[in-house]
Amino acid sequence: MSFWTRHQIFEKNSIILIVGILAVIAIGGLVEITPLFYLKSTIEKVDGVRPYTPLELTGRNIYVREGCYLCHSQMIRPLRDEVERYGHFSLAAESMYDHPFQWGSKRTGPDLARVGAKYSDEWHVTHLANPRAIVPQSVMPGYPFLAETEVDIAGMEGHLRTNRTVGVPYSDDQIANAVADLKAQADPDNPGVEAFTKRYPKAVARNFDGKAGLPTEMDALVAYLQMLGTLVDFKLYNEKANLR
Amino acid sequence: MSQPPNAKTMTTGESGLTLVFAAAAFLCMIGAAKALDAAFAFHASLSAAASLAAVFAILNRYYDRPALLPPQEINGRPNYNMGPIKFAAVASVIWGIAGFAVGLIIASQLAWPALNFDLPWTSFGRLRPLHTSAVIFAFGGNVLIATSFYVVQKSCRARLAGDLAPWFVVLGYNFFILIAGTGYLLGVTQSKEYAEPEWYADHWLTIVWVVYLLVFLMTLVKRKEPHIFVANWFYLAFIVTIAVLHLGNNPALPVSVFGSKSYIAWGGVQDAMFQWWYGHNAVGFYLTAGFLAIMYYFIPKRAERPIYSYRLSIIHFWALIFLYIWAGPHHLHYTALPDWAQTLGMTFSIMLWMPSWGGMINGLMTLSGAWDKLRTDPVLRMLVVSVAFYGMSTFEGPLMSIKVVNSLSHYTDWTIGHVHAGALGWVGFVSFGALYCLVPWLWDRKGLYSLKLVNWHFWIATIGIVLYISAMWVSGILQGLMWRAYTSLGFLEYSFIETVEAMHPFYIIRAAGGGLFLIGSLIMAYNLWMTVRAGEAEVQAPAALQPAE
Repeated sequence: MSFWTRHQIFEKNSIILIVGILAVIAIGGLVEITPLFYLKSTIEKVDGVRPYTPLELTGRNIYVREGCYLCHSQMIRPLRDEVERYGHFSLAAESMYDHPFQWGSKRTGPDLARVGAKYSDEWHVTHLANPRAIVPQSVMPGYPFLAETEVDIAGMEGHLRTNRTVGVPYSDDQIANAVADLKAQADPDNPGVEAFTKRYPKAVARNFDGKAGLPTEMDALVAYLQMLGTLVDFKLYNEKANLR
Repeated sequence: MSQPPNAKTMTTGESGLTLVFAAAAFLCMIGAAKALDAAFAFHASLSAAASLAAVFAILNRYYDRPALLPPQEINGRPNYNMGPIKFAAVASVIWGIAGFAVGLIIASQLAWPALNFDLPWTSFGRLRPLHTSAVIFAFGGNVLIATSFYVVQKSCRARLAGDLAPWFVVLGYNFFILIAGTGYLLGVTQSKEYAEPEWYADHWLTIVWVVYLLVFLMTLVKRKEPHIFVANWFYLAFIVTIAVLHLGNNPALPVSVFGSKSYIAWGGVQDAMFQWWYGHNAVGFYLTAGFLAIMYYFIPKRAERPIYSYRLSIIHFWALIFLYIWAGPHHLHYTALPDWAQTLGMTFSIMLWMPSWGGMINGLMTLSGAWDKLRTDPVLRMLVVSVAFYGMSTFEGPLMSIKVVNSLSHYTDWTIGHVHAGALGWVGFVSFGALYCLVPWLWDRKGLYSLKLVNWHFWIATIGIVLYISAMWVSGILQGLMWRAYTSLGFLEYSFIETVEAMHPFYIIRAAGGGLFLIGSLIMAYNLWMTVRAGEAEVQAPAALQPAE
C-alpha cells in the first residue's frame, strides 16, 4: 500500500482528519511555550522589580486603552545603537508582573522601556496634551482630555485583587490600602505618603499633573511613564549570572 | 385526538434558541443596569436588543415557514442553503470598504497628525485596531464564512447542516464584529494585537466559533462524495486551529462581571510568547490556510482545469500546518524571550518557505493549458496575481525572520509593507476574485455586470499595492538604517525625531496607494450590486437535463 493510498484514511473520514490536524498543530506550540513556565533561566534573577502602585497601574491601563503600544515599544534589544539610544537592554524580569505585556512591535515613536525619569513631569504633561508644542515634527496624537478626566478610584481594590489572582504578588496590606495609596501618590502633602512609600519601595509621590484635586488620568499616565525602566539598578545587576 | 401528519411544530432548535435568547436578553438587561463603565453598559444594551431581535426573528420565521423544514434534496439534487452565504458575501463587501477606509484615515493621520483631532475616539491608537480587525476579521472573516459554506456544500453535494445554525454563525459572527469594533472606539481593548476584544466579546466568539465548526463538520459528515475535497481540509484546519489559538491566547479574568476591564492570565515573557504564537498563526491559519482553501476551489473552477497535483496538495497541507505553528517567536527576535525559542522560531520560519511555495506552484500550475484565459478573464487574472503576491510575501517573510535581517527590519515600516503585500495582494485579491465568482453563482446570474469594471478594479488596486509596498520598503529600510547610523566620531548620527521626519513623504505615498485600493473596492461594490440588480438571470435547466457536476 503506497503512502498516497494510506493518506485516504484522512480524506475519507472527517473525524480522523480533525484529530490529525489537532495532533500536528499541537507539537510546535507545546515545545515552544511550556518550557517557558518551568525553565528557571527564563526570567532573570534581579532585585528591585515590584508590582505597580495603584496610580501606576491606572496609568498603565490608560496606556493600554489608548493603544500607545501600537507606536511605542517597551523592549530594548541588545544591539549597540539601541543600548546607546535607550539604555540597558530589557530583561524578562522587568515585565514579569505585566498583564498584558507591552513590548510592542512597531516604533513609529521611540522605545519607552526606560523613559522613566528622563524628562520632567511638566514635559510629559505638555507633550501629552500637545506633542507638537514640544517636538514640532512629531506625528503623535494629542491627549488633552487626560488632564480633564479624574481617575475611577472606587474599583482600585478589585484591580489589585484581580492582578493577584493572575499571579502578581500584591500583599493583603497593599490591596486593603489601594484607594489610599492611589490618592497619596498624586499628592505629596497627603499624610499617607510615608506608609505608601513603605509599601512600594522606590515609588515616588508627586503631583504629576501639577493640578490640585483628585488624581486625573494625566497624573496616572505620567506616574506610569516616570517609573518605566527605573526599578532595576544596573550597577548591581550581575549579567554573567543570568547568561542564557 | 390525533394531529394531522403535517401539523406545524417548533423544532427543538427553534424553541431552545428562543428560550436561550430570551434568557440572554434578560441577563444583558441586568448587566446594562449594573454596569460599572459606560462601554459595558452600551455593549450590554446592544446585546439585549440583539437577543430580543433574535427571539423575534426566530418566531417570525417559524410563523412564516411551511410545516416541513426545507428538504435535503429536490428531485435527486442537493437543495443547497444559500441564504446565510448571501448575507456573509454582502457583509464582506460592506466591511471591506469600511476597513479600507479606516486604513486610509490612519495612514493619513501618520502623514498629517492634525487628523487625530485630539479626541479619544478618533486617535490613531484606537482606530488602528479598528482597521486591522475590520479588514482581517470583518472583511476576511465574512469571505471565509461565505466561501467555506459554499464550497463545503458543493464539494460534498449536501445541504448545509443545521437549520438555524448557519444563520446563527453568520449573524452571531457579525455581531461579534460590531461589539469588537465599537469597543475599540470606546477604549475597550486588551491590547493583544489582533486579539484586542475584551473577555465578554471573546466568550461570545467562542460560542459562535464552536457552532461554525459543528456546522462545517456535520456537513462533511453527511457528504455524498467518498473523498473530502482538498479545499475542505484547509477550511477545517483554519476553523479548528483558530479555536485553539483563541482559547490559548485569551484566558482573562474580568475585574468585575459588570465591567469591561480584564487582566490576562499570562504575564510578561510568557504572555509575549502566547501572543505571537497566536498572532503569527492568525496569519498562518486565518489569512493563509483559509484563503488557500479559496485558491484550491475557485482557481480550478474558474480556469476549468483540475488542480495541478493531488500529491503536492497533500504535502502542502500537512507541511504547512505543521511548520506554521512554530513560527511565532520570529516576532520576538532579540527580545527578552530566551534565545532557544527565538532560534526555533527562525528555523521553522525559513523551512516554511518550502510548503508555501509548493502551494503557490500548485495554484499557479493549475492554469497549465488555460494560460490564455488570463488575457480574456480579469477575474482569473485577479486570482492568479493573488497567488503571485502570496509567493512574494511568503518569500519575504522567511527572509525577515532571519535574525540579522530582523535586527534591521523589526519595529520599522518594512513589517507594515510586508503585511500589506500579503493582505492587499494575496488576501484582498483572492477574496475579490472569489466574490466576483460567488455573486453571480449565488444570485443565479449568467455572469458579472461588467468585466471591464473588473479590469479597472484590478489595475487601480494593483497600482495602489505597488505604491503602498514600495513606499514601506523604502521608509522601513531607511528608518532601520538611520537608527543604527554612526558618525565617524562614533556617535549616533540621527536623533529619533529626524527619522520620523524622514518618513513623511513615504507616508503620503502610502496613503495614496491605500486610497487607490479603496477606489478599486468601490468599483467592485458597484459592479457586484449591478450584477445582482440588473444582471441577466441564468435560466435553470430542468433537473432531468442537468448533467452531473
